[in-house]
Amino acid sequence: MGDIVSSTVFEPWTDPQAEPLIRFRNVTKRFGSFTAIDDLTLDIYEKEFFALLGPSGCGKTTMMRMLAGFENPTEGSIELAGRDIANVPPNKRAVNMMFQSYALFPHLNIWDNIAFGLRRDKMPKVDLEARVEEMLKLTRLEKFAKRKPHQISGGQRQRVALARSLAKAPKLLLLDEPLGALDKKLRQDTQFELMDIQEKTGTTFVIVTHDQEEAMTVASRVAVMDEGHLMQVATPDRIYENPESVYVADFIGDVNIIQGRASAVGGETYSIDWAEGQGQLTATSATSFDNGQTCHLAIRPEKVTITADRPEVADNVVQGRVHDIAYLGNLSTYHVELPNGTIIKAQTANTRRISRRSFTWEDPVWLSWTATAGVLLAN
Amino acid sequence: MRRAVLIAIPYAWLLALFLVPFGIVLKISLSDTAIAIPPYVPTLDLAEGWAGFRAFLSELDFENFVWLTEDDLYWKAYLSSLKIALISTIFTLLVGYPMAYGMARAPEEWRPTLMMLVILPFWTSFLIRVYAWMGILSNEGFLNQALLWLGVIGEPLALLNTNTAVYIGIVYTYLPFMILPIYAALDRLDGSLIEAAEDLGCSRLQAFWLVTIPLSRPGIIAGSFLVFIPVLGEFVIPSLLGGSGTLMIGKVLWEEFFSNRDWPVASAVAVVLLLILVIPIVLFQRNQQKQAEAEQ
Ligand SMILES: Nc1ncnc2c1ncn2[C@@H]1O[C@H](COP(=O)(O)OP(=O)(O)OP(=O)(O)O)[C@@H](O)[C@H]1O
Ligand SMILES: [Mg+2]
Repeated sequence: MGDIVSSTVFEPWTDPQAEPLIRFRNVTKRFGSFTAIDDLTLDIYEKEFFALLGPSGCGKTTMMRMLAGFENPTEGSIELAGRDIANVPPNKRAVNMMFQSYALFPHLNIWDNIAFGLRRDKMPKVDLEARVEEMLKLTRLEKFAKRKPHQISGGQRQRVALARSLAKAPKLLLLDEPLGALDKKLRQDTQFELMDIQEKTGTTFVIVTHDQEEAMTVASRVAVMDEGHLMQVATPDRIYENPESVYVADFIGDVNIIQGRASAVGGETYSIDWAEGQGQLTATSATSFDNGQTCHLAIRPEKVTITADRPEVADNVVQGRVHDIAYLGNLSTYHVELPNGTIIKAQTANTRRISRRSFTWEDPVWLSWTATAGVLLAN
Repeated sequence: MRRAVLIAIPYAWLLALFLVPFGIVLKISLSDTAIAIPPYVPTLDLAEGWAGFRAFLSELDFENFVWLTEDDLYWKAYLSSLKIALISTIFTLLVGYPMAYGMARAPEEWRPTLMMLVILPFWTSFLIRVYAWMGILSNEGFLNQALLWLGVIGEPLALLNTNTAVYIGIVYTYLPFMILPIYAALDRLDGSLIEAAEDLGCSRLQAFWLVTIPLSRPGIIAGSFLVFIPVLGEFVIPSLLGGSGTLMIGKVLWEEFFSNRDWPVASAVAVVLLLILVIPIVLFQRNQQKQAEAEQ
């Protein structure tokens, strides 16, 4: 029964009454003349699992550091639970951060590293020991408790850093690439552990990751950043299905981008004139385009059907040759070259053995997709 | 072959510059004084062969070492030297640590200049610098005049020829040996560790105490030994700045050697001093080794 209640949609960002836990108001951060964060406004709500995604150097760590209290905004303000935190020192914030560089204390063993924050809180010895043991178990580090940080592997160090930041069960937890050094299996396990902890403790997580799959798996919302700007903030499925810009579409997952000129056909349907000698494409779009306006059609490879024969009914059909095949185990991505040189990717599930797959290099094939499969973007 | 040569070089160095001189000093310490050149007997006469060598050996004894225990001047001088070395090491640490910390925290472009300022005094003769301190500390010296002028004191402080002057001189002279290893340790310290400590609930001061101090400990230990070991046998500073009440083994050794011309007792004093120094030197080596291991 409780499950049913908790499974009601968690979408505080759609509720205008909801008070955000973190509020960035027009925050700008400059290092000398370099602008790392540029006039950024963002609300993050309690119990969110918020993922920051973006290329290296786009300002993810800088945002975390401002939340943790190691940097102050050059302009604008940051509020935590309704209070401006500009003058609150790091040790007085109910925020813990897992550092991208781990920052483990080299003179303390793993056990003492994890206990460090708890000792500052003067936690009773029995509780403290229980808590540290719990963290060691969670991160599977029991065997290494007595070792020093330089005596364990990179992935183990990363887990120690994670355990140390989790130990104090803070209100807000900042994880700067927490799982990058872990192998896939352990990473997935830890992802689920994190989600579990989040569910149990109601801690708000802000997590930086380079791994978009990870962001998709764990996050309630994803922010895609570029050069100190937020490009889009939305739920993972919306980011994936309805990117607002070519940049976001391209950054998250694999995508075909077809540039052309839109002309309205009626309703929300547009036909796209995109290349000499190629038929027009059809796509629907809720945002309106002027006739002749440049547009970009973004289609995910898995939404493109590949067939040997021309499909009978399809909104969009193009013909080409198989240029390359990327075999990913469960999936195959076909890179199909059209007569004008454009490459379009189509993805299919490998339900048959590889030796029996339908297409091979240089096969002539047909690609088709529906009018609603892609997203029409202005820029 | 090449390896053998490479290993042989440091051993040859050690043999020629440490073990042989030490053997000679040890031999003299077991001899007796004599009005002769050199001023002790016996001397080894190789012309008499084996029998001569036996006779030579039979004349060596521990008389001088026994003498060191009988006259309380010596053990008092050893103890006083240990005390002065210990106290001045602590003072040097207290003065040197903040300076090293300031250097490590200074902006990158300032550091070479600050480093230069620390090393700069080495460019003038040590003796001249100690003489300069005599000028500063004497009754009519700069310090007393400045204090009188400021009205802090009514009449000149007697500083020169006291233990205070010795401490000032030692701290001043040995400060760079304390600063440099501590600076090296602090310079390597990763700033994000301090941030992590603060993030986990430490105040600035706690973070300093719980992270900075432990991580600069190898530097503190190295610096302390680099000061303590040479200060224990220090001679110039106590004889120039110290008074009649300043008792240090280096001064005693000098007097035995040059004033009393008692080479055997002076040598015995030197041998005991060396034995006392072996302990801190071994500890120092252990510290350096541990640090090297930790860095691998
Ligand atoms: N202390 C600083 N002084 C000057 N520039 C800085 C400083 N800290 C960060 N920057 C710059 O600000 C930009 C954003 O840095 P930040 O560390 O936030 O990137 P990031 O998104 O975390 O990148 P990565 O994914 O590689 O960790 C970078 O171009 C970086 O060079
Ligand atoms: Mg970063």
